[in-house]
Amino acid sequence: MDLENLTIKELHQLLINKEISAYELTKFYLDRINQKDPDIKAFLSLNDKALEQAQEADKILKTEKDLPMLFAIPAAIKDNLLIKGLRATAGSKILENYKASYDATVINKLKQQGVIFLGKTNLDEFAMGSSTENSAFFKTKNPNDLERVPGGSSGGSAASISAKMAKFALGTDTGGSIRQPASFCGVAGLKPTYGSVSRFGAIALASSLDQIGPFANTIEDLALVFEAISGLDQFDSTTSPLADFKGLSDSLTNEPLDIKNLKIGVPVEFFEGGIDSRVKQAVETAISWYEKQGAKIIDIHLPYSPYGLATYYLILPAEASANLARYDGVRYGLKIKGETFQEVFSKTRGIGIGSEPRRRIMLGTFVLSAGYYDAYYSKAQKVRRLIMEDFKKAFEKVEVLLTPTSPFTAFKFGEKLDPVSMYLSDVYTVPVNLAGIPAVSINCGFEKVANKKLPIGLQIIGNHFQEEIILKTAHLFDSYAPKPEF
Amino acid sequence: MISKDEVKHLAKLTQLELSEEELEKMTKELDLILNYVDKLSEVDVSNTKPLTGGHNLKNVLREDNPLEFNFDKDLLFQEVEFENGFIKVKRIIDK
Repeated sequence: MDLENLTIKELHQLLINKEISAYELTKFYLDRINQKDPDIKAFLSLNDKALEQAQEADKILKTEKDLPMLFAIPAAIKDNLLIKGLRATAGSKILENYKASYDATVINKLKQQGVIFLGKTNLDEFAMGSSTENSAFFKTKNPNDLERVPGGSSGGSAASISAKMAKFALGTDTGGSIRQPASFCGVAGLKPTYGSVSRFGAIALASSLDQIGPFANTIEDLALVFEAISGLDQFDSTTSPLADFKGLSDSLTNEPLDIKNLKIGVPVEFFEGGIDSRVKQAVETAISWYEKQGAKIIDIHLPYSPYGLATYYLILPAEASANLARYDGVRYGLKIKGETFQEVFSKTRGIGIGSEPRRRIMLGTFVLSAGYYDAYYSKAQKVRRLIMEDFKKAFEKVEVLLTPTSPFTAFKFGEKLDPVSMYLSDVYTVPVNLAGIPAVSINCGFEKVANKKLPIGLQIIGNHFQEEIILKTAHLFDSYAPKPEF
Repeated sequence: MISKDEVKHLAKLTQLELSEEELEKMTKELDLILNYVDKLSEVDVSNTKPLTGGHNLKNVLREDNPLEFNFDKDLLFQEVEFENGFIKVKRIIDK
């Protein structure tokens, strides 16, 4: 039996019918990790209680049949999300030995469903990066080509799903950190609406942009996990009462999309400039597939979206510089000895915090400082509103927008040396975070390079809290569209 | 656009020690980024209010009732030094 190719619903049936045990399923995935992860290096640490927890699950399976869909399903979790008693490094030396004292809300919700956590996945330090090369520990490789990056910052989670070392994974997305690695690794990844999923227990990067979301091999699995982790949470007051997605995953098949009534917008600005010709071709082919199914395709203008990246690289560092001030050598993790408080503070941070976070902390401090605040930070917040209003106007005309997820496919290690060229891989994803709207990335084909097939991602964007329509639009493609090579 | 002295000052403010070599590199990189973000100066925002994030965010009020919170006390203070029930840090102000 190819357990790794079954969907969550299929695995659930096998578990309920006692055709496999929770122990066997967990063991199967741990064996795959032992076999594949020495090459891919997606995991920073493994949960040594996973098999024990699977045995506990088997006791419950003996007597109960009415169990949640995610019961005993093995998952991988990005290492900036807290699981009580397990390490949470955020990919940083400063948290190398830090263990979480409580569960993030998303972890709590998954525990209530009975999910088995296999381990914690690699990421760019404090989720700052687009290739996972900024991890303070090691580089994760793209399972489609081991010479290339998996994308980032949730590179470990994306690679773990691509290599089928877990049934689903969680990541965080501040400017594309779920969608871009999903695109590079050829899996599905969802960035929910800001306010759909509680951020409580996620190590904060930029609090007005961060969202937690799932990775999976199919849209059906992705929807099941999203349904489980979303919802109003008393520990995160930015979660919304609109975040009620009960029944969403069933509705994918029970109430399928009426494609003939679907209006799809194509933002002209997302197909100009530095886009790779084969990525463009693949996304255009996907759009014409929808058109052939009967959807109406409408050209849309988002005139302020080309300013998204510049806006993002002012707002993000400003918020990050404040969030990372808590790593002071007193409260968490690493502590370097010194004579004065100043010395302890600056030595701990000097040794514990790597180059990309340093750059962003300094940039953030600069743009927030007196004399520069209006020119940089306040200006960026105003442009942010214009970017959001662009999207609002677009959603008066169409239900979803289709774009490439990233302007290019997975690049080689060390290829993007200066920070700005690295930042450009998120040019199509950051406007979505600035506007606070949801988007899913799904594989729509491959770029052929030498003897390798590099996945290309299609991004489907929706209005606030319209996760259902973007997932249904993606599900249709996932189920029926071909994935050609270019 | 940004000078070495300004970066030196930022290193002090952010408590991030920089070597002379790092200072040189950091100044160059920050300059590169600031040059890139300067494209925002083209945008007219004279009639636009700042957007701080979120969607229709409202103030969330509730009764101030204590709740049970499930956490591990030993792990909460894993690296923190205590003395007489207080967190111990190095002297901040000289005698």
